[in-house]
Amino acid sequence: MTTRQKTRQPSPHTGRAVRLPGGLSLRLDVRALTVAALLLAAALAAGVALIGTGDAGIPAAGVLRTLAGDGTAYQDFIVRELRLPRVLVGLLVGACLGLGGALFQAVSRNPLGSPDVLGLSQGSTAGALVVIVLMSGTAAQVTAGALAGGLVTGLAIHLLAWRQGVHGYRLVLVGIGVSAIVTAVNGYLLTQADLVDAARAVVWMTGSLGGRDWDQVWPLLGLCAVLLPLVLVHARALRMMEMGDDAAHALGVRVQRVRLVLMVCAVLLTAAATAAAGPVSFVALTAPQLARRLTRSPGPNLLPSLCMGAALLVAADWASQRAFGADQLPVGVVTGVLGGGYLLWLLVTERRAGRM
Amino acid sequence: MNRLSAENVTLAYDQRVIAEKLSVEIPDRSFTVIVGPNACGKSTLLRALSRMLRPGRGRVLLDGQAIQSMPAKKVARTLGLLPQSSVAPDGITVADLVGRGRYPHQGLLRQWSAEDERVVTEAMRQTGVAELAGRYVDELSGGQRQRVWIAMALAQQTPLLLLDEPTTYLDIQHQIDVLDLCAELHETQGRTLVAVLHDLNHAARYATHLIALRDGTVVAEGAPADVVTAELVEEVFGLRCQVIDDPQTGTPLVVPAARRARLTAAS
Repeated sequence: MTTRQKTRQPSPHTGRAVRLPGGLSLRLDVRALTVAALLLAAALAAGVALIGTGDAGIPAAGVLRTLAGDGTAYQDFIVRELRLPRVLVGLLVGACLGLGGALFQAVSRNPLGSPDVLGLSQGSTAGALVVIVLMSGTAAQVTAGALAGGLVTGLAIHLLAWRQGVHGYRLVLVGIGVSAIVTAVNGYLLTQADLVDAARAVVWMTGSLGGRDWDQVWPLLGLCAVLLPLVLVHARALRMMEMGDDAAHALGVRVQRVRLVLMVCAVLLTAAATAAAGPVSFVALTAPQLARRLTRSPGPNLLPSLCMGAALLVAADWASQRAFGADQLPVGVVTGVLGGGYLLWLLVTERRAGRM
Repeated sequence: MNRLSAENVTLAYDQRVIAEKLSVEIPDRSFTVIVGPNACGKSTLLRALSRMLRPGRGRVLLDGQAIQSMPAKKVARTLGLLPQSSVAPDGITVADLVGRGRYPHQGLLRQWSAEDERVVTEAMRQTGVAELAGRYVDELSGGQRQRVWIAMALAQQTPLLLLDEPTTYLDIQHQIDVLDLCAELHETQGRTLVAVLHDLNHAARYATHLIALRDGTVVAEGAPADVVTAELVEEVFGLRCQVIDDPQTGTPLVVPAARRARLTAAS
């Protein structure tokens, strides 16, 4: 029963208005939604390819059949027990990083306001290193340590940047300062490690999806299920905040509260992602930028960034396994090279002058 | 009783007190202009009136209610503000930016009604930016951009509109252009306008009600013809001057005394 608005001349407004009886109306940015859907499809396709990749290769059709429950017992074991969790962790980590990065960049109004630059990833690393080096802890303890490290760092940045509210530029500068200190601490921790711990730490620090199982999937999925709706409810207010605090305030946005809620969400998302896969470099920084160039929409582009993050991470994991064999190259190395390279290419070939 | 007023407010940033026990009434349907020297607290007063700055003591009343205790969106449907500095997001079109003025009228399930579209088109027409609707805001000149921001504030459809130095950074032709637009909105739509202006002559020409501030205190208020006198200008701005009739409008026109005359007076 959707009654589409009949436009005699092309409307100057972005998106399409869908008006329903009863005064309900939605404004859909068709291009952004299409981009998000295509990216999600790409992420899932890369996921299927990734499940089929490895010592025992399975064609895509076989993977799909097994996922549907029609595979042999052997395929079933490989797909469901060994590889599916890894792919799901990859999708979720990518999605969390993409969304977290988009939130940070929108709140700080700065493309550099990404978790990688602000020191959140370094904070998670510090937490993990403390557990690995000083306590020789188990994998679960390392995850908990990384989560705690990320949350503490996020809190510290927020408290230090607070002066009658948090302002974008100050947040970035404080984040860079915190990042420098934490990086130094991490370097010190590494020098204190024995050889086995140090090797383990370095693998963790590069970001890897190797050996991930269902124990990592459920907490991430639960977190996303809670945080994603919370973030999307605040998306329109966040869009108003792009114009500056005063303008958003004048439009009736409760700026400080929205910013606090979204910062907490972003810190939780990135800390959880980093705890699950290590500090996978560059996804949080590049995914929102890439998504924005595809949607050509100002706005924080939350959903496209989320899908872009998932696609980027799984594609990178697939590429690293395909090109270098299973687990030869941690995914963080590939995301750094792929994401960074793609972003540079886009920036260099950008036609419109003066656009960031 | 007027819709907007400040009652005995103390305004301060951190520990720096800008104004104490300041009371101001904004007459309904007036074009009120707040003038005063730099750092006299005029922008601070405007921030308090628009709920942006919480008074340390006293309260700002909107329709008889303390503005701080009202829901943010409800305030934004009654009182609009054109801030001094706003950032147009990269790659946003004029129509989309003006459309953002509809935010306080919208919700999760009411994102873009036919009414929104009508009001936005009307706001662009009134401000003369309708032909620019599809253009990118960052391609426009300073004067055009200010019109777009005013259109956004109009799309908010508030009976009260506050403008914080709307003519700053514009050349003289665009300053007059923006002030003419304000006067037109005031006259034809009966909106209450409150502006902070730097130029005393502009204030005297366009305001129907003038509030002169110095050091956070109201020195004088009333119709420009009553308020703008040589004595008052000297008291508020510390400037010796002559006030004559504006040959175009008959409103007071401040002519600063010649340098030599001022030096003789000082010695």
